Amino acid sequence: MNGTNFEPRIVGFLCNWCTYAAADTAGISRMEQPPNVDVIRVMCTGRVDPLFILKAFAEGADGVIVSGCHPPGDCHYNNGNYKTFRRMPLVEALLAQYGIEKGRFHWGWISGAEALKWARLVRDFTEQVRGLGPLDWKRELESKED
Amino acid sequence: MITININGQEIQAEEGQTVLEVARANGIEIPTLCYHPLLSPYGACRLCTVEIAQRGRSSLEASCTYPAADGLVVQTRSPAVLEARKLILGLLFSRCPSVPIVQDLAREHGITEPPFPTDTPDENCILCGKCVRTCHELVKACVLNFSERGIERRVGPPFLEKTRLCIGCGACTIMCPTAAVEIVLEKEAIYKEKPLGPTSAIWVPSLQAMPLVPVIDTDSCIRFRQNDRSEGEITDACEACQMVCEANAINFDQQDEILELDVGTVIVATGFEMWDPAQLAQYSYGESPNIITGLEFERLSNSGGPTGGEILLADGRKPERVAIIHCVGSRDHSAHEYCSRFCCMYSLKQAHLVRDKTGAEVYEFYMDMRTFGKGYEEFYERVQEEGVTFVRGRGAEVEVLNDGKLRVKGEDADLGKLVQADVDMVVLSTAIEAPHDADRIASLFGLSRTADGFFAEAHPKLRPVETNTDGVFLAGNAQGPKDVPDTVGHAGAAASMALALLDKGEVTISPQVAVVDEKLCSACKTCIPLCPYTAISFIEEDNVARVNEALCKGCGTCVAACPAGAIAGRHFTTEQIMAQIEGLLRMPVEQLVEVEGVRS
Repeated sequence: MNGTNFEPRIVGFLCNWCTYAAADTAGISRMEQPPNVDVIRVMCTGRVDPLFILKAFAEGADGVIVSGCHPPGDCHYNNGNYKTFRRMPLVEALLAQYGIEKGRFHWGWISGAEALKWARLVRDFTEQVRGLGPLDWKRELESKED
Repeated sequence: MITININGQEIQAEEGQTVLEVARANGIEIPTLCYHPLLSPYGACRLCTVEIAQRGRSSLEASCTYPAADGLVVQTRSPAVLEARKLILGLLFSRCPSVPIVQDLAREHGITEPPFPTDTPDENCILCGKCVRTCHELVKACVLNFSERGIERRVGPPFLEKTRLCIGCGACTIMCPTAAVEIVLEKEAIYKEKPLGPTSAIWVPSLQAMPLVPVIDTDSCIRFRQNDRSEGEITDACEACQMVCEANAINFDQQDEILELDVGTVIVATGFEMWDPAQLAQYSYGESPNIITGLEFERLSNSGGPTGGEILLADGRKPERVAIIHCVGSRDHSAHEYCSRFCCMYSLKQAHLVRDKTGAEVYEFYMDMRTFGKGYEEFYERVQEEGVTFVRGRGAEVEVLNDGKLRVKGEDADLGKLVQADVDMVVLSTAIEAPHDADRIASLFGLSRTADGFFAEAHPKLRPVETNTDGVFLAGNAQGPKDVPDTVGHAGAAASMALALLDKGEVTISPQVAVVDEKLCSACKTCIPLCPYTAISFIEEDNVARVNEALCKGCGTCVAACPAGAIAGRHFTTEQIMAQIEGLLRMPVEQLVEVEGVRS
């Protein structure tokens, strides 16, 4: 795989009420976006266990997105997004320790009404990860097991 | 009950009434300047002098202070009374030769010139003390009082200097019979200047208000102002409305109440707010009183409005040309992108009203005519036939000309030319928007809002009144702009959805809840404060945390936080999500390209 035809694999953990709805609307509205982001729906970004992010990278993802409802007040569960707000900086620090570039992990807020913002994030983030090249954690892990 | 005789007429009266009150209650006119039913009688102007005979003796008395007693014989127009009154008026006329009401009264009594020399041609105070009593008895500000004695006597604030005790309520100016009191405003007036003129502090919100009762604006009401200013010391200022209310309906002690109700469903019907067109300077709103919004026009053409329903300009003339500008703040990227939906129809109706009531020429500047409802297109045609001129193109600018006329500039897209019209009145069909505090309602009920700011329904086509929060429904303009029939339909749907839910008695809850594996629970209590619904409680006797499934909404925050991995979120278990990650990433990209055929 060389740089020009490298297709990054990106996993998105989206909260059911805001960003998942935005992604849904973006699709229904036929907004143009690259197909590189695969979405896993969770009820709330507060459900996103840091392990999920590590697992995704370990399984071969080149980038991960976590996106939920805007703080304050947008969260369907009152304050689940605050827990995300507290956890994600720790995840960022952890990923840095594993040697994963900052640009491979994005977390933030996109409300159900911001389908355009979602489509733009998908476009921009895909390009950003494409620029960073493949992570290949999976192959490295497997070669070490051998 | 007592009986007195006035001008030969036997009249029943209550004990404690004054002769003047009895006479007035029975339609017998006695002139007076210093009397007011809400103030204590003072007998200052002496105009109400009558001849009272009792036990064979008669005397001239001021009827406003003379208590009615059984057997009084009163003459209000006997020669002696008229002579006395003429003398009194002569004295008042000589003191205040230029006051119209004194001149009129004097003329009625046959005096055409002041009978005594006057050296105060501009004096207009007759020293009746009505303002003083108003200030002391009603307003309880005690600012105005008499000072000096004899010919030096005068009325004014202490030392005739400006005083901070005056609350600027203006009650003295309203009470003064000769318009002698003048208020110099240094700050804003106590009454709020409404767009269509001042109003008193007590009003009926609208003629169609439900319930149809007046309200007191406590920010403007003298009584409440005095209470606030004196920090609760003066609690019994002006009771004028209570004194005149025969039904005893006014209760100043009423407080706003917060009712706590346990309910099963909630319908959010918080409506909309009118957008302020002053935000777009090109419409010059606020620069001329004849540039009004559609809502102000409604008030103007309402039979209960300030003009009794006549469509008039600010100076009282009838307008000869009226322009109505559509889409002010709607369908405009510098304000709101969306269409406010009902303005086209009310603009047409207002054009019809102007034609009907005044016969003025009407110009409607519109971009698209959205006559979407049943019978609406027919109404549009009718208004066209009534001679309204329709100009297709946004009214771009309103200019206030030097002579007060208004110049509306715009483009006629059909002609492809710039056009302008000089008119007397401009009606702006302004946009509506979500209430400014909609975000607080949204967070209260866990609602989301669409990009236009209105609350989001659960599905734009199939679930138009439901929200993503179970049991909370939307009705009317809270969800988005709607005209009256659409609002009624939407609200009816919301009500029946709410009732259907209530009628179930029992509801099935989502199986997506968290469950604790009690064998794994290490009793660390990390999960307890995390739960936004306090659904997790710690069971001391078993030394485990337990989830109340009826309260749990299944967000999974506790699941992610549990250090022992003892909590599972049903349908979103860690195993399920891990399997999804593995499944997603198992297939190599190259293969995905083949499967989906779109990855390239």
